[in-house]
Amino acid sequence: MADQKASTSIEAVESGLAAQGYIASRQIATAVYLSQQIEKPILVEGPAGVGKTELAKAIAAWRGLKMIRLQCYEGLDEAKALYEWKYAKQLLYTQILKDKLGEVLGGAQTLHAALDQLHDFGDVFFSKEFVEPRPLLQALGQPGGCVLLIDEIDKSDAEFESLLLEILSDFQVTIPELGTVSAIAPPTVILTSNSERDLGDALKRRCLHLHIGFPEQRLEERIVESRVPGISQTLRRQMVGFIHEIRSLDLKKLPSVSETIDWARVLVLLQASELDTDIVKDTLNVLLKYEADIEAATPQVTTFIAKAARSNVFG
Amino acid sequence: MRENLHRFFRAARGAGVHVSPAESIDAMRAVAQVGISDRAVLRDALLLTLAKSQDEKLALGDCFDLFFSQPEPRQDQPEAANEHDAAQSDDQPPSSGSAGEAGEGQPPQALGPLAQMLLSQDRNAIAAAIASASGAASLSDIRYSTQRGIFSSRILDAMGLQRLRDDLDRLTATNPPLAERLRAALDALREAVRDTVSQGLALYAREEAENLRNEILRNAPLARIERRQVAEMRALIRQIARRLRERYSKPRKRQRRGHLDVRRTLRRNAAWGGVPFLTAWKRKHRDRPKIVALCDVSGSVAQVSDFFLLLIHSLHEVVDDVRSFAFSSHLIEVSEILEAKSPEEAMSEIMSKVGFGSSDYGSSLVDFEKEFMSTLTPQTTVIVLGDARSNNLDPRADILRRISERSKRLVWLNPEGRLAWGFGDSEMPRYATFCSVVRQCATAQQLERAVSDIVATYQ
Repeated sequence: MADQKASTSIEAVESGLAAQGYIASRQIATAVYLSQQIEKPILVEGPAGVGKTELAKAIAAWRGLKMIRLQCYEGLDEAKALYEWKYAKQLLYTQILKDKLGEVLGGAQTLHAALDQLHDFGDVFFSKEFVEPRPLLQALGQPGGCVLLIDEIDKSDAEFESLLLEILSDFQVTIPELGTVSAIAPPTVILTSNSERDLGDALKRRCLHLHIGFPEQRLEERIVESRVPGISQTLRRQMVGFIHEIRSLDLKKLPSVSETIDWARVLVLLQASELDTDIVKDTLNVLLKYEADIEAATPQVTTFIAKAARSNVFG
Repeated sequence: MRENLHRFFRAARGAGVHVSPAESIDAMRAVAQVGISDRAVLRDALLLTLAKSQDEKLALGDCFDLFFSQPEPRQDQPEAANEHDAAQSDDQPPSSGSAGEAGEGQPPQALGPLAQMLLSQDRNAIAAAIASASGAASLSDIRYSTQRGIFSSRILDAMGLQRLRDDLDRLTATNPPLAERLRAALDALREAVRDTVSQGLALYAREEAENLRNEILRNAPLARIERRQVAEMRALIRQIARRLRERYSKPRKRQRRGHLDVRRTLRRNAAWGGVPFLTAWKRKHRDRPKIVALCDVSGSVAQVSDFFLLLIHSLHEVVDDVRSFAFSSHLIEVSEILEAKSPEEAMSEIMSKVGFGSSDYGSSLVDFEKEFMSTLTPQTTVIVLGDARSNNLDPRADILRRISERSKRLVWLNPEGRLAWGFGDSEMPRYATFCSVVRQCATAQQLERAVSDIVATYQ
């Protein structure tokens, strides 16, 4: 019974994401389903441009949640990621309330008494009103839950990882002056990484680990179909087949899904009906981002087109 | 199912995937969510929760396939045997049909459960019996391939081999054709059990066996490594290099609190009229590692120098300022080769340039003094890797003295044992007087310690 429910729910995730234009493989759908059920963040790894960030957007759109994005970079710290005190506001308020303070403290005879009185409302300036919530704290404060995207976590420092641990495992943050802030509704957390550096085991342990690689030919065709509706079926097959051939080369940067979609758009724009050597050579710079790569691929273009066309007959 | 999952976690650990208790709990929860009816989904769920990198995913995927494919080979084996059996019994009827018939009818009463099971050719029951017997014999504790025999016999015993033997003895007297069939079935069963044990070995013992092999390898003299072990040794050295890199590549922020830097504090707080809002503390000055490595690649140490070069290659990744030189009869700088190329390419290029010659420490040191003496500063650690066998040529220990005087430390790593130093053409004692540290460095472990010590002095 439970099994039945699970497999239909996984299909529901798949179709839900598909409705947002994100064609997910079964693995991705399983990961999304599991992360909801056991309330764990997903750590998505994979080459650039395979739709890691897009996944978070699609989930947010599908479930009608707000997406909060934290872009990581070197030197990102808690003041920018978690919270910051509004210093200026604090200063301003002390100036405005100066007279009031004098009034309140005026009654005190000794310094000691004044200090005591001050203690009674000492925490006024370190209360919620003076906290500037940054993405992480914002995500915890969303009443209906949200999708929290922590993008390119591998770009941040190792210290920042440790900062995330509390949020990722318990969905709460501890602010020394305020105490522990727990999530109103646990957010769906997606972390993405391009594997520029190895992440710590502690972080990995708290996440479901999902690796998105280059999609299979069929899946990629479906992705193109959903993203670039105007493209004809034969051209779609040919271009996806061609890209799969290109990926077999030893290049500096292999074309990924985002490049496939860009190229499909370009081909539609140029009103190409099928691949030929000239049009491929002219538009190769959409697919390949390095001069050396283009030089390496150019001599192979004709063979690859022929191969892609051949595979069409059987595919 | 829970039992099976636990065994799977153990198998996963055997496959080199780190499965912590927390992860196994996650996996349990995930499995409870997705259920076990759809194998592909179950596989995805386990891969998502347990494996934390692409390599681990591959290993775990293989492990999953191996683990959950267990029933199949077990079914095949008895089947093949049974078919063989069936063919036999087909042949038999003309000669002794009545005896066979009578035998078929009788066994259920007279024979033990195992014999009945084998004769009734109930493959599923046999498979289940083997599975439960391997549970009873705690097959998942198997560690070494030498234990295969003992586990096989334990499983067979647990299945009731003793009773089967008795049955067999009795049948041989009363009903020879049936005994023949039973014997054939027993052989098939043995084979099936042996397969089960082999699979158990593949599943559960991999890590242990690998650890043992690595342990042996770590302490094996580098010079006497066999050809087939070279690849494993390379992997091991790479592991060592990775460990060194992880330990030392991160610059540790170490501020020494407690000593106020008055000058910097005053300067920093000038804007507040000298009221010290911000304090500055004195920092301990740390030398940046500077290493100059001289590696002997002559014929006498050719095999060891391979590993030396590999380690120096990794040193280039740990420490920014490394200059490496290779020599046999003359000396060249190899820093660029090591930095630009993969270890294998770099090594073959270096070897083709200076390798395999007869060593001449004297002239190599002269080369070094002439061209590269200026690279040495009082912060530099000089590492010399070599056996100090100079073919009775002038050792030029005076140059080594000057090198030692100009640098912070001079470390000599010698692949030969202390006993051999000074015998034959070894100039080690003469060189040793000018070295800060002289170590024997013949095994991977010694190599790791030596390099680790050198890098640690800069921390």
